[in-house]
Amino acid sequence: MLRDEDRIFTNLYGHHDWKLAGARKRGDWDNTAALVQLGREELVNRMKASGLRGRGGAGFPTGLKWSFMPKETGGRPSYLVVNADEGEPGTCKDRDIMRHDPHKLVEGCLIAGSAIGAVAAYIYIRGEFYREAQHLQVAIDEAYEAGLLGKNAANSGYDFDVYVHRGAGAYLCGEETALIESLEGKKGQPRLKPPFPAGAGLYGCPSTVNNVESIAVAPTILRRGAEWFAGLGRENNTGTKLFCISGHVNNPCNVEEEMGIPLRELIDKHAGGVRGGWDNLLAVIPGGSSTPVLPKDVCDDILMDFDSLRGVGSGLGTAAVIVMDKSTDIIKAFARLAHFYKHESCGQCTPCREGFGWVERVMDRMVIGNARVEEIDMLFEVTKEIEGHTICAHGDGGSWPIQGLIRHFRPVMEERIAAYHAKAAAA
Amino acid sequence: MSHFRIADDADQPKTFAFTPDYQARVDREIAKYPEGKQQSAVMALLDLSQRQHGWVTRAAVAHIADMLGMAEIRVWEVVSFYTMYRTTPGGRINVHVCTTTPCWLRGSDAVTAACKSKLGIGFGESTEDGQFALHEVECLGACVNAPILQVDDDYYEDVDGPATEAILDALLRGETPTPGPQVERQTSAPVGGATTLQSVGGDD
Repeated sequence: MLRDEDRIFTNLYGHHDWKLAGARKRGDWDNTAALVQLGREELVNRMKASGLRGRGGAGFPTGLKWSFMPKETGGRPSYLVVNADEGEPGTCKDRDIMRHDPHKLVEGCLIAGSAIGAVAAYIYIRGEFYREAQHLQVAIDEAYEAGLLGKNAANSGYDFDVYVHRGAGAYLCGEETALIESLEGKKGQPRLKPPFPAGAGLYGCPSTVNNVESIAVAPTILRRGAEWFAGLGRENNTGTKLFCISGHVNNPCNVEEEMGIPLRELIDKHAGGVRGGWDNLLAVIPGGSSTPVLPKDVCDDILMDFDSLRGVGSGLGTAAVIVMDKSTDIIKAFARLAHFYKHESCGQCTPCREGFGWVERVMDRMVIGNARVEEIDMLFEVTKEIEGHTICAHGDGGSWPIQGLIRHFRPVMEERIAAYHAKAAAA
Repeated sequence: MSHFRIADDADQPKTFAFTPDYQARVDREIAKYPEGKQQSAVMALLDLSQRQHGWVTRAAVAHIADMLGMAEIRVWEVVSFYTMYRTTPGGRINVHVCTTTPCWLRGSDAVTAACKSKLGIGFGESTEDGQFALHEVECLGACVNAPILQVDDDYYEDVDGPATEAILDALLRGETPTPGPQVERQTSAPVGGATTLQSVGGDD
């Protein structure tokens, strides 16, 4: 188990003062100027050396992403955009950062901003997180008051501003180009890439979009050294990670653990075990609703990191572990997710807009078994037609859960269909 | 994409203007964005108009479009795209039940049933006296504290049927129950106490 000394979010649960005075006691804003003054190249190199992979779901190396920002911008300003539109079902880690450790994020904005040559950061926070946005705004106001933001921020010689932008209820704005559109005051519909945000993002200017957790861990990584972070976890899957454990466990919780921790250890040590014991486990969605479900036998010894989960046809995603015990109607659980993906489609691309409506209707019939067995194959095929055929990853994210269900629980679906028809025949 | 309806003309006030207090907040929002990019403030302004009036009216949309130099249709596109803008009078207190899978696994069906029976209305409806509106919402991003009942700006966490009834009873009496977990626990830490962070940060 990760030692407490190696945990980054030492006020994860809000036991202590979340404001500036408390944050300083926990080591935040300690000689930030020295970090900023390392300069762009050194900051990017150190982040690359730490091995940090983006914490928003895709796992793209953060240092590498920062290196894509152009040094020559033709007079255009550059921006850091922080994705705080947390809404992937199962995921609730950024919420804790923003309400209990907001200064880690604000300080991270300054450091990351300087590393990419940005003039300002916009933190796009989901509208429902009203109280969290309030904490964040207080933290930003405190930082300005203390000279940590604005002109010559933290006496670093670097000028930098941080702003909070509240969303208004749209999961899709968690997609980086939809988020940028929304930030510009439009519908949150994704843009075609290229151009990528580093070339033309917010207001057509070079922009980097990073998840809250990726930015909030940056100051600690740079303070303690890239080697420290790279020494935790496993190769190519380094560091610590906030895990959210929800569903059928005895004690659902958030916890910061080492990358690569066995799933079973994570659940048993921190979440009080599966309700009714490990043998009562049916399945786990390991990384937020988009990541394909794992049946129990895979859960028995799987490690929680990007490459291990990819190896079993799933993914670490946001590290939001959704546990389902044997009492779960697994078809219904996924029919509800089908409704979610249909509801949250922005409507721009036909395969997603029409396809997920169709998937939802078929899944609703699968719940009661009012279907033909061949329709299971058709369902799989249709998700394959949606996947990869849309502007953004919503098409993929909504297809994978259904594919995972069919891959691992097809017999349950067939049984349900048989039972329905047997009952109908008897009546 | 969700169902979208605009209130009838008879319910629409003729004019809209921000009060001085709200106007000050409007000015602060617009100042966040670069010169010429004031359209970025449209979401904040719509939210402020809703906080002031209770819902987004046609007059407010016209006023905001005018302030930001936007065509009205562009503002309507925003209003209709996002789920948090209410375009009918609805209820003064807005109750939201999350029913997405993580909440459903933890018993959101009982929360839904408690809301419907206590308030006597279904999702998308409001009580006759206009005090409450009930909404079904997608994942609220607090899944380790599921199920979640959101009342206006606050999350009531770890609720079940009886806890939901108690919260609604308190609201009906005009009280504001304490938000957060409705069971004995510190925010997102496990019930029974944190399994980590025992040896650091004991500063206060």
